Amino acid sequence: MTAEPIRPAEHPSDRLPILSIEDLHVEYKVKNPNGRGKSIARAVDGVSLSLYPGETLAVVGESGSGKTSIANAVMRLIDASSGRIVFDGVDLVPLKGKQLRQLRPRLQMIFQDPFESLDPRMSVMDTVIEPLVINGIGASDADRRALGLAALERAGLTPADRIARRFTHELSGGQRQRVAIAAAMILEPSIVVADEPVSMLDVSLRAGILRLMADMRDRLGVAYLFITHDLSLAWMFADRIAVVYLGRVVEEGSPVELINNPQHPYTKALVSVIPVPETAATANRTVLTGEIPNPTAIPVGCRFHPRCPLYREQSEPDVCRTHDPMLMRTSTQSVHRAACHFVATVD
Amino acid sequence: MMTFELSASDESTVVQSTGLSAMLRSIWADRLGRVGLILLAVTAVVAIVGPMIFPFDPTDVGSDASTILQPPSSEHWLGTDELGRDVFREFIAGARISLFVGIMATLISTVIGAGIGIVAGYFRGPLDTTLMSATDFFLVIPALPLMIAMGAIFGQNLVIIILVIGLLSWPRTARIVRSQTLSLRQRQYVSRAKSLGASDARIIRRNVAPHVMQLIVANTILVVAGCILAEATLSFIGLGDPDRISWGSMLHFAFVSGAVGLGAWWYFLPPGLGILVVVLGFTLVGHSFERIANPRLKGE
Repeated sequence: MTAEPIRPAEHPSDRLPILSIEDLHVEYKVKNPNGRGKSIARAVDGVSLSLYPGETLAVVGESGSGKTSIANAVMRLIDASSGRIVFDGVDLVPLKGKQLRQLRPRLQMIFQDPFESLDPRMSVMDTVIEPLVINGIGASDADRRALGLAALERAGLTPADRIARRFTHELSGGQRQRVAIAAAMILEPSIVVADEPVSMLDVSLRAGILRLMADMRDRLGVAYLFITHDLSLAWMFADRIAVVYLGRVVEEGSPVELINNPQHPYTKALVSVIPVPETAATANRTVLTGEIPNPTAIPVGCRFHPRCPLYREQSEPDVCRTHDPMLMRTSTQSVHRAACHFVATVD
Repeated sequence: MMTFELSASDESTVVQSTGLSAMLRSIWADRLGRVGLILLAVTAVVAIVGPMIFPFDPTDVGSDASTILQPPSSEHWLGTDELGRDVFREFIAGARISLFVGIMATLISTVIGAGIGIVAGYFRGPLDTTLMSATDFFLVIPALPLMIAMGAIFGQNLVIIILVIGLLSWPRTARIVRSQTLSLRQRQYVSRAKSLGASDARIIRRNVAPHVMQLIVANTILVVAGCILAEATLSFIGLGDPDRISWGSMLHFAFVSGAVGLGAWWYFLPPGLGILVVVLGFTLVGHSFERIANPRLKGE
């Protein structure tokens, strides 16, 4: 994997990434099913990604792809086995204790499950101002409460003073996620990692939450690392999409390119099953067979080959079983990259 | 101190701090819990108010042989002991000592057990392994012989007895608290607190400890029963504080003075029943609270 940051055409070349993930590996020890010994699950297996200020990068993958491990590693909630996570020029991986805590306010997270991520014993106000209390921001408690009320209002929770007095478990899922967003934004972070922020919510509430997140992006210039399993959501919300499969980025590009002109057979399959109104499209659906393989036994060669329609079409070429494809640019005009032996590349 | 409610999203209990009264009400609603509460209330009144009305003077011994081991009479409601002292007053004084030792030892045990359990469960890793090895060691060593040995070495003094019992009865608490902490540390609100920059100390204080409190309370009530029994056992075999008569030491003196052999039931029956009542009371309340705190235990 190359560690060199790509310069997308849509970004002025003088901008440096606010976050660059370089050859990240996250490994877990898991007990073998037969109870004897342990194996190593390579949840993230060499991922490199860059996030530019104010940009939204969607990381799309099915469950087991390692997308949540990427998010947790960036947030330093789990330890990276190797690689670098450079945030504003500082590698987060070796940081510990106080040094890490000092950087944390600039990197915030919105969790998937608003019923789980907020402490049920705390009031809405305490939840929202907790980041200020922890980081010693605000001259007095009254100050912090004023900031808290303003944050709740910005998050569309009105009347803020009434909602602030309630307990988080008394709120609906959508309201709770708004509280979580208000709390994440109150520190005015540079990056917010959003791990499936709307997947636990009722479909009718999703648009509202995404609008709020977009509004925060415009207002605060925050960059999102947006983790989702839903390619259509990524297409709607992101400036750039990285598709991950079994711990590796297999394709990366702008939403328009990726959806209209997918290169990697995995992305093609994902795109083909996006529900669309036209009946014509349904004729060409590629439904993948089999399950995503176990990360303790990542296939040798191209990790996608056991499920790859192209591999079978090409009558099972050896190269797919022997060589792990690199992520290569597919066009000189754009940032589009794919990791497949059978995609025309320009590198 | 706590009550529970089921949250809409999962079946795990959500702890909310409410008054002591709410906890007592829910135990009162449970039949066995109610019996336990009554037994404990009676014991508490006897131990707290009793000595004020019927003070016991251990030096108030009988003047001659005709005053010792006398059966109950209008003057001595529960007769006299082998020194001619009033057994009823001695019994009331003993209640206070037995409860005091039991509760103090429990406090020590709970602080150590909960502390070790939370630290081991929260930090995991080598610290967890070390602490849990120590816990397992204390869990498997036979506590009674060790208590006897320590009691014999460090002397017969109330403080020593409290320390010996307290220092040997925490492993169960540590195990239970650790397993609860292991599940709590995986909660997203703990991750969230971490990502906000909270220190481990703050996360333990704000996001972990309050949630294991209910479990600690339930466990503590059961530990009191064990500690009172341990005190009675130590005192019965003669390792009690000779200056502080407890129910256990009453049994000891009844035994060594030959009162048991002489059939002086008024001397050995009251402390024996006293121990039974208070241990039963704590056990019933403890189990009742456990059932309330953890609905999954219902019917077991």
